Amino acid sequence: MPRPRAIEKTLDRLADIATRSLEQLRALGVDHAEIAVGSGSELEVGVRQGEIELVKEAGSSGLGVRVVHDGRVATSSTTDFRPESLAVFLARAVEMAQVSEPDALAVPPSPRALVKEWPDLDLFDPATDRIGAARAIKLAISGERAALRADARITTSEGASFGRSSGCSVLATSGGFLGRSAGTYQSLVVQAVADDEGGKKRKGVHWTGGRFFGELESPVEIGKEAARRALAQLGATKMPTGRYPIVFDKHAARAIVGLVASCVVGDAVYRHRSYLAGRLGTAIASPIVSFIDDPLVPRGPGSRAFDGEGRKVRKIAVCKKGVLNSYLLDTYSARKLDLRPTGSASGGGGVPHSSTSNFYLMPGRGSPEALLKGIERGLFVTRMMGFGFDATTGNFSRGAEGFLIENGELGHPVSEVTVSRNLDELLRGIDKIANDLEFKTSIAAPSFRVDEMTVAGS
Amino acid sequence: MAARKSALTLGEAPFVSGPQAIDPELAQRLLSRALAQGGDFADLYFEYRRSASLSMEDGLVRAAGGGIDMGVGVRVVVGTAMGYAYAESLDPAEMMRAAETASQIARAGAAVAPVAIAPRRKGKSVYPVEHPLVDLEGAARVELLRRADKAARGHDRKIKRVDASLVAVHKEILVVTSDGVMVHDVRPMIRISVSAVARRGKRSESGSSGGGGRHGIDYFDRITPEAHGIEAARVALINLDSRPAPAGTMPVVLAPGDSGILLHEAVGHGLEADFNRKRTSNYTDQIGKRVASPLVTVVDDPRIAGSRGSLNVDDEGVTPREHRLIVGGTLRGYMHDRISADFFRMKPSGSGRRESFRHVTMPRMTNTLMAAGQDDPIDIIRSVKRGIYAVKYSGGQVNISNGDFVFSLTEGYLIEDGKLGAPLRGVNLIGNGPAALRSVSMVGHDFVLSDGMWTCGKDGQSVPVGVGMPTVKVDQLTVGGTAV
Repeated sequence: MPRPRAIEKTLDRLADIATRSLEQLRALGVDHAEIAVGSGSELEVGVRQGEIELVKEAGSSGLGVRVVHDGRVATSSTTDFRPESLAVFLARAVEMAQVSEPDALAVPPSPRALVKEWPDLDLFDPATDRIGAARAIKLAISGERAALRADARITTSEGASFGRSSGCSVLATSGGFLGRSAGTYQSLVVQAVADDEGGKKRKGVHWTGGRFFGELESPVEIGKEAARRALAQLGATKMPTGRYPIVFDKHAARAIVGLVASCVVGDAVYRHRSYLAGRLGTAIASPIVSFIDDPLVPRGPGSRAFDGEGRKVRKIAVCKKGVLNSYLLDTYSARKLDLRPTGSASGGGGVPHSSTSNFYLMPGRGSPEALLKGIERGLFVTRMMGFGFDATTGNFSRGAEGFLIENGELGHPVSEVTVSRNLDELLRGIDKIANDLEFKTSIAAPSFRVDEMTVAGS
Repeated sequence: MAARKSALTLGEAPFVSGPQAIDPELAQRLLSRALAQGGDFADLYFEYRRSASLSMEDGLVRAAGGGIDMGVGVRVVVGTAMGYAYAESLDPAEMMRAAETASQIARAGAAVAPVAIAPRRKGKSVYPVEHPLVDLEGAARVELLRRADKAARGHDRKIKRVDASLVAVHKEILVVTSDGVMVHDVRPMIRISVSAVARRGKRSESGSSGGGGRHGIDYFDRITPEAHGIEAARVALINLDSRPAPAGTMPVVLAPGDSGILLHEAVGHGLEADFNRKRTSNYTDQIGKRVASPLVTVVDDPRIAGSRGSLNVDDEGVTPREHRLIVGGTLRGYMHDRISADFFRMKPSGSGRRESFRHVTMPRMTNTLMAAGQDDPIDIIRSVKRGIYAVKYSGGQVNISNGDFVFSLTEGYLIEDGKLGAPLRGVNLIGNGPAALRSVSMVGHDFVLSDGMWTCGKDGQSVPVGVGMPTVKVDQLTVGGTAV
């Protein structure tokens, strides 16, 4: 879908600012520079008990720069685009570089590595910006109403909110790259609350979101599901401490895949902040596990047509049938590790760093329900809490909520327990993967099963 | 060493000095526009933020950063509803447009006139800074990191890698409200972080240390960069000898200082009045009731000199005071912003905070502390037959509605027969806020304020906070290790 004319005009204006800024930096004698200029607008509404709580609407813009001067790096940002202010700002950035130390590895991609053409990934929905406050409020109210009406045991709601944002950005580098991009996103969240024994409340949260408004699920379905989740947790208790098979539903599974993502980016690897450092070409997971990073998913939440340094991007099999095949590398981390860059830089206009785009665990064949089969006693995890992960060692332990699994079926709700195992062992213990992958988030996973983890409870 | 002394009293932000300075008359016009369609009140929040940062990787200053961010947020409140917009400049036309956008929340009501503005005289700052770190010349800031780096490396040959960073911020705010308040505040902030990786054979472990607060350069006279470097190295080395933590329910002794994040997560958030106004907190309707062991007294104190969470004035122009949340185990009050205070017919407690001018205010914690008790910390550890001694944390989280919290340790030990034993790895503590506070059985006399490290996240907004507590024994918490 072609972008609206107004957006192209904004992009022209941003490209002009970026190009002029680069010229000024060249005149100041820098070795290299990248400029990222962006502008966007957002609307956020919140309702609770059918009443409006918040309407927030604003436009914002910003310019970020990285300069390399005599091998020294500085970064800065501003929202003041007046030509005289920009001139002062750029001169200061160059001055600031003197504080750094020469870094032989801080070099841009060679001009040959810069991409000249890229595909349109269909990331901009012209309908997004047209959603006004009144319509947004209606959507939120209907989501909340569906939750409140779903069941008499839903006593209140923490509200529902709808947000939309759209943004344009231009990345320009002194190596000659000029990339324009624009994207939109919208989401609706409903939070239903049910009262439980002993003054406890159970909150159920559900949401929908995407780059295109037309792809959102209906507010009523979101509200009903939020209510169902709150009710399902009523009466939750701890379960006895022990070792059990664990099934992570797709939401909880995503959190685990996010930890893997944080350990395959080049920055973590060269800083020794990844237990996967030095493991290329070796088995890091069970043979049914493959992790993919794909920047080119049309309408993908984490999609990008070029990377933060202007390199070509491609789909990468990070882990293939259990074997670690590639890290995700920007120019700097690739040089540090003596590997080839993979076009995985983000953060143009700041210090570029390696990052995932759309990172996911490849789905298997069976349904999520089939994962429960054959489990005599185990835990089905629907939600995790806390930050219990040490990337250097892979040690993992987080708070968990979910349901007991008994004789292959879901049973009593469980809360206030932890699930623990080193991530390296956990990935090797994955013995079944379901087919319910969806690209709602930039890190995504289908439900999967782990042969055994330690549950700490009563 | 170049330090601008004038910044202390006058401020450098363009909205308080120079041709773009906001005078009461312009502020009044903006507020009138904001209330043109009605509303209970409106406010303007001007913010200016100048920062300077450095990151050192493996002994090399990899990047210097910094910049200025400035803008104004306009809010219109009607009952519990809020209209919000912001402008990223002081251009009168743009500010007026923001005021108009915010005014839309009050649909077609009668215009309300703001009260005449009386600029408030400033009292004594709880975080006066004579020599701001943000103005210290680059080479001198690099030297601070270099000292930390060298100390960490020199501590032991097993330290293989050190990374460090230093961030300094000079922030000024100006709040103007439709009930006549106009108040300016200068809010310095510094933060140093050091992390170290130790290796022995094939095993790698990391450790970190950091601190800061609303201080100037003098912070490093009291707590040297070397101290942070050595501390990061010490934790990494200890973790080289750590063994799998037990799993199950047992007594936990919380070391003084950083353990205050237990309070922050286990009770603090549940006492923020917005959750109670919405009746979604497990502390809803509990005021006057026993919610903790009689040994427990918890306060939120915004007036601790130089602490990370301290405020001279909150982000709604209210002068904050110390609030006693739990006294001798009984719940005394919530933390309020203007909206929740109005709802509960209370005075706002000065707890209205926001991340920046791009964000709306909410009731938030400042420095959340547990008062010291009578017990000797040594006796507390001695009283435990088998349990955990929890020292350092990477973070915590709470589910406000059911009160369940979890927090993760980066340094912890087994206690066996009243003595500290082996260091443990991968310890996670999970519990329920009210249940955990009811099972507090000993409170030490050794209160410690945590050195400024903590940032609290709520609804996508981050604000700096302080925590502190004495040694505390909790009779029963679930320890999430791997060893059964």
